[in-house]
Amino acid sequence: MKPGSEWKDADWKAYRELMREIQETDFVLVELNLYLDTHPEDQAAIAQFNQYVQKSMALKHRFQTMFGPLYGFGNSFSPAPFAWKEAPWPWQV
Amino acid sequence: MWIYEKKLQYPVRVSKCDPRMAKFLIEQYGGADGELSAALRYLNQRYTLPEKVIAIVNDIGTEELAHLEMIATMVYKLTKDATPEQMEAAGLGAHYANHDNALFYHNAAGVPWSAMFIQAKGDPIADLYEDIAAEEKARATYQWLINMTDDPDLKDSLTFLREREIVHSQRFREAVEILKADQTAKKFF
Repeated sequence: MKPGSEWKDADWKAYRELMREIQETDFVLVELNLYLDTHPEDQAAIAQFNQYVQKSMALKHRFQTMFGPLYGFGNSFSPAPFAWKEAPWPWQV
Repeated sequence: MWIYEKKLQYPVRVSKCDPRMAKFLIEQYGGADGELSAALRYLNQRYTLPEKVIAIVNDIGTEELAHLEMIATMVYKLTKDATPEQMEAAGLGAHYANHDNALFYHNAAGVPWSAMFIQAKGDPIADLYEDIAAEEKARATYQWLINMTDDPDLKDSLTFLREREIVHSQRFREAVEILKADQTAKKFF
């Protein structure tokens, strides 16, 4: 894993593609979460929600091994040196 | 508590440096119907709402924080390379004098954000009706902003946010119906 300052064009391309995939997957989860808040009995929506939770977790695991932690405060592992600041901040990409 | 996630909810790209558009977009950052107002309004109301609607208000309030970050990213990207001369020509001279190119919570006319923009009445129907109105006003503002730019990248992100206001409005309307049904239901003790 390289710090963001050392990324080549290919790294940025891979970052954007995988980030886009995470954004698409997590959008489904936000939308289903809000829907389920007012429709808590919808079994099909709950099944779809759980399916996307699994997909999101797998994508984020892959992302984090390539580009560093997505979450602060101990919700992601860190390599040494501490990598939280390495991947670009969302407003920088 | 909240856990920060190093990602935007939806990608934000801009085609060019455009401080003129940034000046208008800041309405949705620190304006009365903007994302800061939305997030703080909902996250404050949730404590005293009935159990059945806390989740939806909590979760929409949380999503608003993600929208606040998207608007901030737009404003930041549109102004980061602007010179003082460009800022002034775009009507941001007064902003520059006080803040350089930093963001600040004020509306398009420069009026700073105020808690007077939002309310918590303690009456769940009154609070949820305010929330529905807030979403509709934010949706209208996004439409006016979309009308004011020809930047296709910016339009794409703004269109996403406009759509989210519609979804939030619908969910708040459902929350009202849930409370009404609960009120009129026969209760046996």
